[in-house]
Amino acid sequence: MATSLRINGTAHNVELPEDVPLLWVLRDEIGLTGTKFGCGVAACGACTVHIDGEAVRSCQVALGDVWGDVTTIEGVGTPDAMATIQRAWVEEQVAQCGYCQSGQIMQAAALLAENPDPTDADINDAMQGNLCRCGTYPRIRAAVKSAARMMKEA
Amino acid sequence: MASVGKILRRTFLIGSTAIVGGVAFGAYMVSRPAANPLQPGDGEAALNPFVFIDQEGVTLIAPRAEMGQGVHTTWAALIAEELDVALEDVRVLHGPPAKAYYNTAMIGEVLPNKGYDISDFQHNLGELLGVVGKVVNLQVTGGSTSMRDGFVRMREAGASARETLKEAAAQQLGVPRDQLRTDAGKVIAPDGTELSYSALAPAAAGIDPIEARLRDPAQWRYLGQTVPRIDIVAKSTGTAEFGVDVRLPGMKFASVRINPRLGGVMNGFDDSAARNMPGVEQIVDLGNGVAVVATNSWLAAQAANAIEIDWGAAPYPPETDGLFAEIAKAFDTRANSTMRDDGDVSTIPSSATRIEAEYKLPYLAHATMEPMNATALYTGTALEIWCGNQSPTFQQSTCASIAGLETEDVMVHTTLMGGGFGRRSELDFAGYATQVAMAMQGTPVQVAWTREEDMTHDFYRPGAMARFTGAVDGGQAVMLDGQIASQSCAQQAMGRLTGMQMGGPDKVLVEGAFNQPYAIPNYRIRGHIAELDVPVGFWRAVGNSHNGFFFDTFMDEMAYAAGADPLEFRLALMRSEHAPSAGCLEAVREMSGWTGQTPDGVGRGVGFTYSFGTPVAQVIEVVDEDGTIRVNKAWIACDMGIALDPGNVRAQMFGGMIYGLSAACYEEITFADGAVEQLNFPDYEAMRMHTAPEVEVRILETNTHMGGAGEPGTPPAAPALGNALFDLTGIRARELPFSKTFDLLI
Ligand code: FES
Ligand code: FES
Repeated sequence: MATSLRINGTAHNVELPEDVPLLWVLRDEIGLTGTKFGCGVAACGACTVHIDGEAVRSCQVALGDVWGDVTTIEGVGTPDAMATIQRAWVEEQVAQCGYCQSGQIMQAAALLAENPDPTDADINDAMQGNLCRCGTYPRIRAAVKSAARMMKEA
Repeated sequence: MASVGKILRRTFLIGSTAIVGGVAFGAYMVSRPAANPLQPGDGEAALNPFVFIDQEGVTLIAPRAEMGQGVHTTWAALIAEELDVALEDVRVLHGPPAKAYYNTAMIGEVLPNKGYDISDFQHNLGELLGVVGKVVNLQVTGGSTSMRDGFVRMREAGASARETLKEAAAQQLGVPRDQLRTDAGKVIAPDGTELSYSALAPAAAGIDPIEARLRDPAQWRYLGQTVPRIDIVAKSTGTAEFGVDVRLPGMKFASVRINPRLGGVMNGFDDSAARNMPGVEQIVDLGNGVAVVATNSWLAAQAANAIEIDWGAAPYPPETDGLFAEIAKAFDTRANSTMRDDGDVSTIPSSATRIEAEYKLPYLAHATMEPMNATALYTGTALEIWCGNQSPTFQQSTCASIAGLETEDVMVHTTLMGGGFGRRSELDFAGYATQVAMAMQGTPVQVAWTREEDMTHDFYRPGAMARFTGAVDGGQAVMLDGQIASQSCAQQAMGRLTGMQMGGPDKVLVEGAFNQPYAIPNYRIRGHIAELDVPVGFWRAVGNSHNGFFFDTFMDEMAYAAGADPLEFRLALMRSEHAPSAGCLEAVREMSGWTGQTPDGVGRGVGFTYSFGTPVAQVIEVVDEDGTIRVNKAWIACDMGIALDPGNVRAQMFGGMIYGLSAACYEEITFADGAVEQLNFPDYEAMRMHTAPEVEVRILETNTHMGGAGEPGTPPAAPALGNALFDLTGIRARELPFSKTFDLLI
């Protein structure tokens, strides 16, 4: 049976069993590959998306349980029209391999929406579920802070 | 933008420089001061293509894989520096498998010298031997060699392209070439006439590439500066395409389950429950496992898990203890190598204090963020493979032999990769994709592994043991005698890659121990190979990853026995041996304000390893917070001679240290019933935002030879941390991970 979803402002009808995690709906069905698979057990954060603005692990949300509008990294901004947080990520040259960064950005965006002026401790709390095997942590921290600054100035 | 496939179809690699509307330039193998007996003949340059110019602009065909280390950006900068194009106007494509792209620096590493002591003659010889790489198709990204390999070749490619384009303009305008100049992708005549490179490309294609002198580093615009990474926007917007993001029309998704008893057979399976599960299209017998092809990766994985499989036994002792018993036995076998034997370790002054220690390090998984995967399309007469990989020539020949095709009928597309760390130099993931594609002729299939499959089917960093004996006298080390025992990952991996058995002394097994720049008068290192069939491979920094810990921890133990400050103890033995190494230690002493004293509740340790031509010193500070220990700060100093992109070097140094600290603190692969017990990140933790230390990196540039950046940050991390934990607690942990001995923040 078909399930309807709103993803990045567009309505989709998906023909998949309801227990398929949202991550695999996005990646294999809709073709939104910016959201990544890292563990499938809520331990890495690579699959982070927003549902109604809240950061969630899409590997843990079954298709049938999606409770609101989904935003993925593709819905945050595009190479030609980057969001402030993405500009901060570019400015701080955060990415190495880059695989974890969609999840990092989605997690950080949710943090900043709730807390426009996060301290180091706030950043530690919010970001510790997002693994980066390349070790880009200092630049993620710097980018969160510079995004906070840019958002205030805007 | 042109794809590699499109470029190839335009006969680009078949030996002609003439292509429709464009031109390709290669780099010359320049002759070195010592005459090169293997100098390639005329016309060879055209077969070494790196720079491609067409109506859309300049493209670098990068034969080295981008796994986060920034090689594409730096190689583009090397080209742009000589070619006079803006860096942001250079596009980069992963090169196809081709002999022209062999890795000269990696072959140089095979020479049995210590590295830091090599003369210019040996250095040149190393590069000459690089030609051998071409013979065995060693197009491999690894060994921290990309910068050394590309440093001259890429600039030559850029310079040659520039002069050839100028020659085309000279002929067109009737102006001598030396009166023309170049800027921003154009040739400019004295009267101000401008011709774009794209416009000149067709004419340049008919001109033999011109050899040109390289510019004086004083004129560099990009090199030596931090430049924006060319992939940074894509990687900040989710648009960078990794192997697992490849999407082809009509593509299916597959999941594999291979025998967890690694190398064991499959006796049989029952797929009756899986066959009717949603989305399932086909179940493929892989011989040592199964693949389920479905309409969705997750549905494929669910069905794969529903198959009952009867697995055969592992070809090695099934429990961790049994494996280490075999490793320990290797100490009693004849040494495979004695790469250093200075003085006489058997005679020491009677006044000296003798110390001994035994160390044990676990097997380790790579755990790249992006699990292994490959996408393949088999048509019956040809095979195309898309995957992130560090060795496309080997992928090509292996997949060809699996499919029963000629090598030239197999096309390998190298994508970006979500981490490599050595794992993606292996061929298994592309091999399985080939098998599945053959069962699905005409349909592209992506074979993506679950994290569990990835973690339990790695080519692991071998478990390793060491026995060290030393003597100190008058506050100085007078003797050090070390034995290292482990499986030989180099022999096993090279056998897999090339199909040739590699024998002889294994330098990799003892690197990071035999070649440390200390003037210890009696200094011997022997390597012992444990004959075991656990799959082992190249893990970031390879042998240095265990030997850095053994050797440097023992140095710290000797300093303690000598009653000396550990940093001064190392420095005293290093100054006369290798000044750039001593410079790194002096730098971290100053940066950290090292006094040898720490307040209660704070511990500091120093660590040092010379690897891949780069000395790296680290000071790490740990703090005790109500009984839980946190890694608080780190200071790193390195000297790779020339830092082509300091921002990237800093990122690599920190990233390398974090990779080493993750392993040192938390990571261990163990075996039960022949299978790996760790399945996913909860069993194999890593440094995270709240556990990673604050860090300061200083880059020195006094080394006369160019060293690597991607790996040398890893080896000193574990000993520096262990030495800090000893300073804090008085407990010397001789086994890793440290979480077994200490209560670390997690
Ligand atoms: S894939 Fe969802 S948290 Fe790792
Ligand atoms: S940038 Fe590679 S895993 Fe984070």
